[in-house]
Formats: sequence, C-alpha cells, structure tokens
Amino acid sequence: MTTPDSEIEPWGRVFKAPHTITTPVFLSDVGAALTGARRTTLALGCARSYGDVCLNGGGELVRMTALDRLIAADWDNGVVRAEAGLMLDALLCVAVPKGWFLPVTPGTKFVTLGGAVANDVHGKNHEHAGTIGCHVRRIGLARSSGEVVELSGNDNAELFRATIGGLGLTGVMLWVELSLKKITSVFVEVETLAISDLDHFFKLAEESVDWEHSVAWVDCLATGKGLGRGLFMRGRHSARGGLRMHGNPRLAVPFDAPPWLLNSATVSLFNLAYRHRPWTLGRRSVHYDPFFYPLDAVAGWNRLYGARGFFQHQCAVPKATAAGAVERLLRLTAEHRQGSFLVVLKLFGARKSPGLMSFPMEGATLALDLPNRGERTRRLLQAMTAAVLEAGGRVYPAKDAAMSADAFRAGYPDWKRLEALRDPKIMSDFWRRVAQ
Amino acid sequence: MTSDAARNIWILGGTSAIAQAYARRKAVQGCKILLIGHNEDHLKANAADLAARGGTAAIEALDLAGEVDRAAAVDKFIAQHGFPDEVLVAYGILGDQQRALTDLAHAADIIDVNYTSVALWLLALLARRDPAKALTLAVIGSVAGDRGRGSNFIYGSAKGGLDRFLEGLAHANAGTPLHVLRIKPGFVDTPMTAAMKKGGPLWATPDRIAADIDKAVAARAAVVYTPWFWRWIMLVIRLLPRFLFNRLKI
Repeated sequence: MTTPDSEIEPWGRVFKAPHTITTPVFLSDVGAALTGARRTTLALGCARSYGDVCLNGGGELVRMTALDRLIAADWDNGVVRAEAGLMLDALLCVAVPKGWFLPVTPGTKFVTLGGAVANDVHGKNHEHAGTIGCHVRRIGLARSSGEVVELSGNDNAELFRATIGGLGLTGVMLWVELSLKKITSVFVEVETLAISDLDHFFKLAEESVDWEHSVAWVDCLATGKGLGRGLFMRGRHSARGGLRMHGNPRLAVPFDAPPWLLNSATVSLFNLAYRHRPWTLGRRSVHYDPFFYPLDAVAGWNRLYGARGFFQHQCAVPKATAAGAVERLLRLTAEHRQGSFLVVLKLFGARKSPGLMSFPMEGATLALDLPNRGERTRRLLQAMTAAVLEAGGRVYPAKDAAMSADAFRAGYPDWKRLEALRDPKIMSDFWRRVAQ
Repeated sequence: MTSDAARNIWILGGTSAIAQAYARRKAVQGCKILLIGHNEDHLKANAADLAARGGTAAIEALDLAGEVDRAAAVDKFIAQHGFPDEVLVAYGILGDQQRALTDLAHAADIIDVNYTSVALWLLALLARRDPAKALTLAVIGSVAGDRGRGSNFIYGSAKGGLDRFLEGLAHANAGTPLHVLRIKPGFVDTPMTAAMKKGGPLWATPDRIAADIDKAVAARAAVVYTPWFWRWIMLVIRLLPRFLFNRLKI
C-alpha cells in the first residue's frame, strides 16, 4: 500500500519532509517496494533518529514497522532472527520472560531492530559489549537489483561491515539475527555517586571497569571549578527479583511546549533539583526500564522543546584527547548558556564493531540537547564540531542535523567505502548533505 | 469449559494485523492457534512468529471469501485440529466507496467479504457444534456499522448487517454456553488503513485492540468498542437527530 505525501518528522523535529511511503506487510513485499521505487527510497523505522538520516525528502520511504515478526528463535542459546521492523520494546516483551535481554540497548526501546543496526547503536555497557553490531550474527538484505543477500562476518563480509552502521544505504534490511544476553532478573543493581568535576568523572569511570553499565549526567551550566559536576551512575544486572515485564509510558506530552519553557533559568533550576535529589545517591535495585529507558516513561518528550525542535550534539573523542576535549565542549555550552537537562557523558571501550561507519571509538562520548534557536544554535554546534575534529573525534550521524560535509568526511574516512557499496536506488537527506 | 491455557482458537483471517496481535497474546498464554487465510506463505510467516514466541500454531490456506464448500471445509478443519473453543473472525476489506458506487462488482465484494461469507462460515460451524460445549464467537465488526454514513455506507452496511446477525445469534442462544462477542474497533493503524491519514488520539495500534478483545472474551462481554471511547462517540453519532446528522460530512 502506498501513501503519497506523508510528512515524516524525526525526533529532533528540526527537519520535516514529505515522502511517498510504502508499507510492506510481509517480507516478500519489500523487494517490489525497492525495485518498483520510481525515485530513490530508504527504509524507515520509528523515525527516532534526530536529524535527517531517516529522511529522503521528496523521494520514497519503505516503512518497516509492520514487519515485526520473529522468524526463528533459539531460546536455549539466546539467538533470535527477526524481521527488521520489530521494535526493541516488542523484542524485550518476548525475550525477558524467557531470561534474555538485549546485548546492547540505546536509551530508548522505541526503535526498530533494523534502525538500531543501521545506526550501530551503543548503550551504557559499551566498555564491555561494544555496539549492537558486535552481536549481529547475520543480516538479510534486499537490494534494488532484486536479489536478497545474506550477510555475515564470513559471507559477503564487506557488505556486512558496510551495512552495520551503514545508515540504511546498502539496501533494505529484511531481517537481523542477534545474540541476546542471559539475565536471571529484570533488576539492575545501581550505584549513584556525586561527581565534583571532570577529573573526578574520569577517575570514577576508570574505577568502575567491573561495572557492566555506567553513565554520567553532567550539569552543563556549571562553570569554573565546578565544570563537569554531576552524577555518576553505574549498574550491573541483578541476580534477584525475577523476570517481570516493563509497562507502557506513564505520561505523555500532548502538545508542543511554549518556547520560553526551556531557558537557562529553568534548566538551572532543574539541574539544581536533579543534582540534589536526596534519594539518588547510594545503592539500590531498580527495574531495567527506568534504568535503561528513563525518558521512555514520558511519551513525546521531544515536544518539550517546542515547535522549533532541538538539536542533539553527540560526539566521540579518542582516549588521548578526551579529557581536554570534553572540558572544552562543556565550556563552550556553558559560555553560550544554551545547554539543557540532558547532558550525558560516558567512556567508550576498546571493543571494535564490525561496522565500517560505526560511531564509537575508544575514549569518551558526550551528548547534549540544544533547543533550536536558529543561527545561534547552529554556530554553537559548529564550534563544538570543530573542537571535536581537532581532538580527532567525530559526530554521531543518528543524532546530527548540522554537521558539514567536511566535518563528516574528516570523522569518517571510510565513507567512500560505504558510498561504493550504497544501493544505487537508496538515498537519504543526510547522505545528500554530507557525501554527495 | 476448557481451561484458558489449553483453549483451541481458530482465527479466520489469520494474516490480519489485529489477528496476529491477538494470536501473539493467546499463543504465549498457551492456547493452540489455527490461522486460516488465503496466502500460505503469509500464514507460514505468522505461524513461525507464534512458534518463536513459544506458542503452538497451525495453518490452513483457503480463500475465506471465495467459492468454497464451507461445510466440507469446516469438517476438515475439525478433523485436523479439533473443534474450537473460540473463533475470532478477523478478515474483511475496507474497499473504496467511491469506486463501489458505480463498480457493482466491487460493491458486491465489499458486501460479500464483510457480511455474506462471515455469516455463512459461522452457520457452517454452528451446524457442527455440540450445544452443551462452551464456544466463543468473537467477530470484528466496525463502528462504521452503527449508523449509515455517506462516506462509507457500503462497507458500513455490510458490517451493520453482520452486527444484526450476531445480535440475533446471541439472542437465540441466550443462557446457553455460546458466547457471541461483537468487536467494534475505531481507527486502527493497520495495512487495511494504509491509505488514510493517521496519527492523533483516535488511532489505536492492533495490539491495543487485541488487548481489549482478550479482556472482553474473558469477561464474556456482548459488545466491545475498542478503544473504549468509541462507545461514547458512536452513542452520540447514533443519537444525533437527522437534521443535524445530515449536515455532517462524515
């Protein structure tokens, strides 16, 4: 079934674009959607990427979300093969009661499996588990030539490597075979510690190597000696508490917030309150849902940034330059007084993804949201990207809506290898922006 | 009555999105599922999904709306899979009202698929039933069947006719172990509605509908509007005086 002129709005809401959308219901329909596309096309999951990697403005999209079946599962060994439109949320609903969890999960469970692989997502356990691409065994890929190819580390290895983190450009992923992680409880033992400054963060992060999951929240409005203060959270899967499922979002943002809601005054109030929550510090046992997906509890939280939307800057910087680069980035945001609640800092480990274009590198990653205030915000983003490149780092395409072609090419020197393997019928607004 | 876990459920229209969402729920509860529909490959994909979730699913490929000997088909299914404890009718076509106004074959399709074939399948099944045994007939109708409206009265009349059929069937069997559930979904985000503009609070997911059906079957309800607010929307639409109703373009 084809729907003309459907506007797709990614999570950041800065870009919107009209598309002709085809929604295949069975895997056998995908080939026709791809070969029959009159213009270029692109697979679309939940549109939870922030910028334009999921857009193909004026062209076509293949909406994958009806393709949400399991194809086969080996629950003794924790291996599932599922259609690429299956949401992680739905996969958890099936796997958790059987004692299996996602090997790697991003900060929201409302993404498709195909989208997660196309962006080679990472999670709080990057030091231990790498990206999701490290756990992908096989991929079924439809190409516009009409063929369906099976990819793995051994078969069509170069195309396998280009497809993981390949932003959907190598074809339409039909299915993904993933190794899951064994759990005996849905609970996570969490310890929260106060961080006084950036040095303290790096020290705590180094000390936490035996904790599987770790992440820090940083008060981006702190300056001077307090730069980098915040909270450090580390967790490991518990052995106690059983296998109870997560529920649906409890709250929703029903309309766009007014533009004045998020300003430096409200953000500092929030940050102050968040940092001093008396109940946060210390050890507790929490369900995986609030630990991994705190923002999933509020459906449509992106609307808090108002109708103009927001940018997210997420960068990875190498270990050698990480401390200086993060300090510089935090100073830049503090100076511009444009930061927001969501500043996340964590270390990336050494485990390499098979993905050619994988974003993480051993070092640190910083992510922060910036309400869209037009040119002013773009200037800050540019300054931040320049600082990242100078440190030898790169910016995350899944979150980006602003980087230049030069910045992209400098961060991802292998982009030409992906371009060479790109399916000629597939294109995205992001790729047009940075690689054409 | 068979314990809930071991229920034998037949789904007519086993490749529909609501059917699959319902089958997933019932399969993981331990029910035995039979998916009946016209495309064997599609049925296989759905059955594999149920099996991977830990369920038991069989398939029967057959064009439910086609020219078939329904009595013989029912006998064959009973012999193969046992008499069901529950039947969910989940197939139907929305059709194109504008086209159907002049294309009589299309109009006939809309009426026959949504009404005639369903009524005949139910009659064929009931003829083989042991009246002492519990049986639930859960049939997906539509809010469109509640009052004839200009934009979709051909589809609406077929669903409305089916509603009267089921109402009468329930009346005839009041006080017996036969449970008839009339399911009336509003706007559901499924492939059947792919051409419509979606989004907003009136649209529901197939899984939401399936959850409501599951509850209504357990409660032995006679009618379920899903999501719940459609009961009140349709009450207003049914009660609107004609001079007001006729001014609405709905």
